[in-house]
Amino acid sequence: MDFIDYYKSLGLAKTASPEEIKKAYRKLARKYHPDVNPNDKESERKFKEINEANEVLSNPENRAKYDKYGKDWKHGEEYEQQQKQRRSTQGQSGRQQGYSGQGFSESDFSEYFESMFGGGGSSFRQGGRSVKYKGQDLNAELHLNLRDVYEDFPQVLDVGGNKIRVTIGAGIENGQTIKISGKGSPGANGGPNGDLYIKIQLKNDTDFHRMGNNLHKNIELDLYTAILGGDLLTDTFDSKVKLKIAPETQNNTKVKLKGKGFPVYKKKGEYGDLILTYSIKLPKNLTEKEKELFKELKALR
Amino acid sequence: MENQKLVLVETLCTYYKLEASFFESLEEIGLLILVRDHEEIYIPEEKVTDLEKVLRLHKELDVNLEGIDVILNLLVKVESLQTELTLAKQRLGYFDKEI
Repeated sequence: MDFIDYYKSLGLAKTASPEEIKKAYRKLARKYHPDVNPNDKESERKFKEINEANEVLSNPENRAKYDKYGKDWKHGEEYEQQQKQRRSTQGQSGRQQGYSGQGFSESDFSEYFESMFGGGGSSFRQGGRSVKYKGQDLNAELHLNLRDVYEDFPQVLDVGGNKIRVTIGAGIENGQTIKISGKGSPGANGGPNGDLYIKIQLKNDTDFHRMGNNLHKNIELDLYTAILGGDLLTDTFDSKVKLKIAPETQNNTKVKLKGKGFPVYKKKGEYGDLILTYSIKLPKNLTEKEKELFKELKALR
Repeated sequence: MENQKLVLVETLCTYYKLEASFFESLEEIGLLILVRDHEEIYIPEEKVTDLEKVLRLHKELDVNLEGIDVILNLLVKVESLQTELTLAKQRLGYFDKEI
């Protein structure tokens, strides 16, 4: 846990007046507010940082305490008292658990802040943020392999102790977000529950490159098969296919296998195409005999 | 429409400490569609999220309703550009692999 320079967070000198603090905070809030920076983790972090700085510096009592003990918070008498108090109340309060390790961003304040000014339930915690009628929306990331979503993928998520069954539809895009209505935090005073947003992050460790619903793959072809033609057995995403290579196949020839691509999201039974690109491998380390034969071929052309 | 869950604007006014006229302004500017039934005014429950976003921008950042409309339009544009960028990056990744 490190010391946080709240003046620096707001780009201010230690002598800043309350008006200057307010002005600096408002300017930065307009820049980093999460509603104008959706899906931007860096802005979210900055916004929390400036909010925290504002919580401390815009409150004369907190600012005085921070100015006095801020840097030496580890040794300050007050800090020690605070810690004692915290230990005694910690048992009852119990911080809200986030989503198990997959990254709900619910913690509002840094450890440093909480050790100086106390954690959840502090009087100014609700501070600048509007009180909500609808419950808080929750955001999570789910990391899956590309193979997982070739078919519908049922998954049980543990959100704050509640088990939620979801099925990730086959063919979902990397980075796509699915919304599960009403599975966020409960609403206040009869307000609707928040929603749960799950962002799907796909890792592709296959030989196939996905572009939308189509899959692309490079196939290495030896020179002789390319020239004379032949059969070639190759993998599709979920099985194998025997390809007829036409004689005199050129390098970079593309072949489209209809319906052998990735499933189309929410359209059962529909698939994209598999596009194969032949790249012809020229032989290396030719023997004398082979060179002779190539010379002969050259002479014929 | 029949099965749509509705929230009474009056309830929301109490909760957010707003005047009913604020909702009419939102409707006038095209940020919200109000549902009227037997002298009562409602909004669809699923629009509460949008409403809260508008309120946050209004209260926390002091943006007026016209400004919010501009912001929301730009955000839609940003989102579609981000989707396009993701797709373009996927394609680029494929060509990079080929080199």
